[in-house]
Amino acid sequence: MPHPRGWIANWPAYRQLTGRDRLGRGEAVRSPHTEAAAPRTQAADRVVSSICPYCAVGCGQRVYVASEGGRDAVIQIEGDPDSPVSRGRLCPKGAATKQLVTQPGRLTKVAYRRPYGTAWEQLSLDQAMDMIADRVIATRKDTWQEHHGGQRVARTLGIASLGGATLDNEENYLIKKLWTALGAIQIENQARI
Amino acid sequence: MAECHPVAFQWVVEAKAGGATVIHVDPRFTRTSALADLHVPTRAGGDIVFLGALINHVLSGGHEFTEYVRAYTNAADILPAEFTDAEDGGGLFSGYDPDTRTYDNSSWQPTGERDETLQHPRCVFQVLKRHFSRYTPDLVEQVCGIGPAEFGRVADAVVAASGREKTTAWVYAVGWTQHSTGVQHIRTASILQMLLGNMGRPGGGILALRGHANIQGATDVPTLFHLLGGYLPMPGPGEDMDTYLTRIPDGGFWGNKRKYLVSMLKAWFGDAATAGNDFCFGYLPRISGDHGTYRTTLDMIDGTVKGFFLLGENPAVGSAGGRLQRLALANLDWLVVKDLTMIESASFWRDSPEVAGGELVTERIGTEVFLLPAAAHVEKAGSFTNTQRLLQWHAKALDPPGDARSDLAFIYDLGNRIRARLAGSDDPADRPVLDLTWDYPEEPGGDPSAEAVLAELNGYAADGSPLASFAQLADDGSTRCGSWIHAGCFAGGVNQTARRTPWQEQDHVALEWGWAWPANRRILYNRASADPDGRPWSEAKAYVWWDEQAREWTGLDVPDFEKAKPPDYLPPPGATGPAALSGRDPFIMQADGKAAIFVPRGLQDGPLPAHFEAAESPLRNRVYQQDSSPASIQYAGRRSTRDQVAGHDATYPYVVTTYRLTEHHTAGGMSRTLSRLAELQPELFCEVSPELAAERGLENGGWATIITARAAIEARVLVTRRLRPVRIPGEGVIHQVGLPYHFGSEGLVTGDSVNDLLPLVLDPNVFIQESKVATCDIRAGRRPTGAARMQLVTSYRHRAGLADEEPRPGT
Repeated sequence: MPHPRGWIANWPAYRQLTGRDRLGRGEAVRSPHTEAAAPRTQAADRVVSSICPYCAVGCGQRVYVASEGGRDAVIQIEGDPDSPVSRGRLCPKGAATKQLVTQPGRLTKVAYRRPYGTAWEQLSLDQAMDMIADRVIATRKDTWQEHHGGQRVARTLGIASLGGATLDNEENYLIKKLWTALGAIQIENQARI
Repeated sequence: MAECHPVAFQWVVEAKAGGATVIHVDPRFTRTSALADLHVPTRAGGDIVFLGALINHVLSGGHEFTEYVRAYTNAADILPAEFTDAEDGGGLFSGYDPDTRTYDNSSWQPTGERDETLQHPRCVFQVLKRHFSRYTPDLVEQVCGIGPAEFGRVADAVVAASGREKTTAWVYAVGWTQHSTGVQHIRTASILQMLLGNMGRPGGGILALRGHANIQGATDVPTLFHLLGGYLPMPGPGEDMDTYLTRIPDGGFWGNKRKYLVSMLKAWFGDAATAGNDFCFGYLPRISGDHGTYRTTLDMIDGTVKGFFLLGENPAVGSAGGRLQRLALANLDWLVVKDLTMIESASFWRDSPEVAGGELVTERIGTEVFLLPAAAHVEKAGSFTNTQRLLQWHAKALDPPGDARSDLAFIYDLGNRIRARLAGSDDPADRPVLDLTWDYPEEPGGDPSAEAVLAELNGYAADGSPLASFAQLADDGSTRCGSWIHAGCFAGGVNQTARRTPWQEQDHVALEWGWAWPANRRILYNRASADPDGRPWSEAKAYVWWDEQAREWTGLDVPDFEKAKPPDYLPPPGATGPAALSGRDPFIMQADGKAAIFVPRGLQDGPLPAHFEAAESPLRNRVYQQDSSPASIQYAGRRSTRDQVAGHDATYPYVVTTYRLTEHHTAGGMSRTLSRLAELQPELFCEVSPELAAERGLENGGWATIITARAAIEARVLVTRRLRPVRIPGEGVIHQVGLPYHFGSEGLVTGDSVNDLLPLVLDPNVFIQESKVATCDIRAGRRPTGAARMQLVTSYRHRAGLADEEPRPGT
C-alpha cells in the first residue's frame, strides 16, 4: 500500500492546487494510464478514404486497416475531418460503422432453402450462381412476352428485382443494364418506398 | 433532420448562430424542434393546406418577388377557357375520368399567349390566386390544428427571409413524400419558393433529405422501372425510336434527347448498335403502365412473378403492407437475397407472423431461397451519390469475408454465366443479352473494375477518350455514354468522384470535393441567382453572374447555363433545343426555360396542388367535396387489397404515423444487428400523449396493441408531451400515435413490424406509399399470438363493415 502522502500527492486535485498546472488540463491530470494510452487508430497499417453507408448525407469516413497475421482487418472507422459535407463528424450510426463490417452476424456462406424445406442448407457459391443462372434463363423463357395488346413489348413479367439504394452507382448501373437486356422491367429500389 | 440526418443538421445550427430563423413543422417534438426557434405541431397530412395558406399569404399581401416571378416562371402563361380549376370542380380539375381515376390533360395546355402584366383572368398568376384564395389561416386551423397566431409567425418569418437580400430554404424528407398526395406537397413548396424567388439561389431551394447512402444514385442510374439512365423514360409498347423521342418534350436541353439515347444504346450494345438498326432501340423491353414494387407484390401473390432478386432490401419489414409482402415472397418459385446479415425477407418461411398464425405453413411454401452474403462498403470500391447529387468515391479497404462478394461482382458473374449458356442461341429474344457490352477489366481476385463501370457511365468520345461533358455527345453513334447526366465524372480519365481537396483549402462551394451531376454543378438552375440582366440580385446573395468583359457566365459555382449565351440573347425564329431559350431563361430543362408554377404535363393528379385527406383519416375534407385524392392508386380491384382501406370509419379513431430513429436504419438490417446500436434502441415503442394515454388506459412502460384494417402489432408505451393532441375547432381532439418502423423478427433486438399496419395506397405520380397517415385503434396490453392475432384484426374489420379478403388459390 502506497504511503498516504504519496497517494495524496498523486491525487489530481492536489497536483492541480500545488503544481504548475492550475487549470487541471495538463500534467496535473495525467496518470501512468494516460501516458500509456495510444490512439485506437495507431495500429493501422493504412488508412482508406470512404463514405458513410447509412443515410444520404454522405459523411466522409476514414477506414483504418491493420494486417494481422497476413489478414486485413478494419480496426477503426472515423469521420473524415477534410470533408466539406461533414467536417469529421459522424452520427451514432456512422460511428458504429466499424461494427457493421466486423459484427459476428455477418453472413459469409451461401444459405439455401429448398422448396418446401424446413431448414437452411449450405451450397458452394459457384453452385448457387449456376443454379441462379439456370433459373433466370428458364423463367425468362417460360414467361417471355413478345407482344401485349397487339403491340411488341419484348419483355418478361416473370422476374423482378428490388434493391439499389444501399448499393453503389456502378452496381445499380450493371443491374439495370443486365436486367433490361434480359427483358425484365420490374426493376425497383427503395426510392419509391 | 436532427434525428435522421444529424450531421447535416450541423449546418442548420450554424445558420441559426448566424442569425437564421429555424422553424420545424412536424407532428412530433423532436431534437430538431428543441434546437429550432419555433416548433409548429401539425396534423399529419395537412401539408398542402399549410403551404397553400403561405402561398395565399404571399399573394394576398403582395409579398411575391415580382421581377423574379415575371421573368423566370410561367405565371404569365394564359390558360385555355376549357380549363376548370379544382375550385370550380369540387376538387376535380377538368379532364377527370372517374372510371379510370385518371386525368386527360388536354385542357390544361397553355394557349401560347402570355400576359406579362399578370392581370389576364386566365393567366397562371390569376388562376393561382383564385385557386389558393380559400387556403386561409382559419382553414389551417381547421385542417392542421395550427392556430392563426402561430401560422402568422411562420408566414412573417418566411416573407421576411425572402427577396433580393435573403432566401428561405425548405428541407423535407419522407414526411412530405409518403402520402397519396406526396408529389403535390413538393409542388406546393415549389410554387411558394418560385413566388418568393428562392429557387436557383444560394440558401434557397427545396432540399430532399434522402435516407439511404445511394438512393439518389439509384434514381439517377437508375434501378427504377419507368426510367433509363439520366431520366430518359423507358419505351412503351410498339414504340420505335422516333415515336419514343417524339413523346419526350423537346425544349431546352431535352432537345438533345436523341444524343443522350443513342449514346446510351452505344454504351450498352457497342458495335451491334448502328444507324441502320436504330442503334438496337428494339432491344429494350417495353413498359405498359404501373410496374412498381407494390404492383409487383400483388402480381407475386397472384402468381405471375416467378423469380425475385432482393439486393440490399428487406420488404418484409421495410415496405408497406408487410403481410402482403411476405405472402408475395411465399408464392415465388425462387428468391435470391443478397445481404450482409440474415433478414426477415429471407427467413419469412420459418419465422413470419403468418407462419406463427397458421396462415402460411413452412412445409407448403414452395419458394426456393438463395441467401448470398454481401460485401460491405469498405470491401469494394464504388461511388455513392448523396442527397445533393454529389458523387463521392469510397475506396476498397480490404477483401470481403468468405463467400461475400460485392453486388458488382455478383451481377457481372451472373451476366457472364447467363451469356455463356445462351451463346450460340438463334432466338432473337437472346440477341440483346449476347450483344450487350459486358467485358469489364478485372481487378486482382476477379472482380470487375468499378472505375471501368464509372468510366462507361461517363462515356467516351469517338476517339475513345473519356468525355469531359455531355455537350460533346453526338446522335450519330460516334459517342458512347451510359448516362448523360454523369458525363464529366471521369473527365480526363481521372475519377473526379474520388477528389478530396480538404474543405479548408477551398471556398464554401467546395467544387474540388467529389463531383456533382450535371457538370459538377452544386446548385441547379443557378442562373436564377442573377437578375434578368445577369447581375446578382444582391451582393449578399451573389453566386453566378454574367461577366460583360469576358462575355461569359462566371461565379462561385459552375454556371447552369450555356457559358457564352449573353442575357440579351434572343432565339432566332425556328430555333430548337437549348438555342430556343433566351438569355433570360434559367430553367433550362423546361421547354420554355421557365419554372412551372402551373404544370400542364407530367402530373397525374392535377396541374396545381389541392388538399385531400389521406385515404384513411378521422376527418372529412374541409376544402373540397372529394375526400381523398381522386387519382391515388388503391388497387381496389385486386383480391389481396379489397377493402384494405377503412376510410373515415370510427372503428379506427386515431391517426398512426411512422418515422425513424437516430440509432436505427430503415428496415433494420444494418442496425438491429449491431450491438452498439441495438442497445441504444432495444425495443419498439409507440409515442402517445398523456391525454390519449388517459383516454385508453395506457401506462408508460407498459404494452399497447395497435390495430388497423391490415394488422395488429404490440409496442411499449411511451407517454410523452412530444405528441400533442391536435385540436380542431368543431371536431374536438385528434390523437396521433407515433411509431418508429425499424423492427422485425431477426437481429439482436426484435419487435413487431410497424409497416404491417399500412395499406397499399400510392401517389399516382411516383407510386410511393402513404406511410405517414393511416387510422388505428390503440388499447392497453399485448396483442394476441398465433391465429388469434389475425382474428383480432378481422373482428375490427367486421365492425368497420370491411369485407373479408377473398381466399387465395391453394389455401
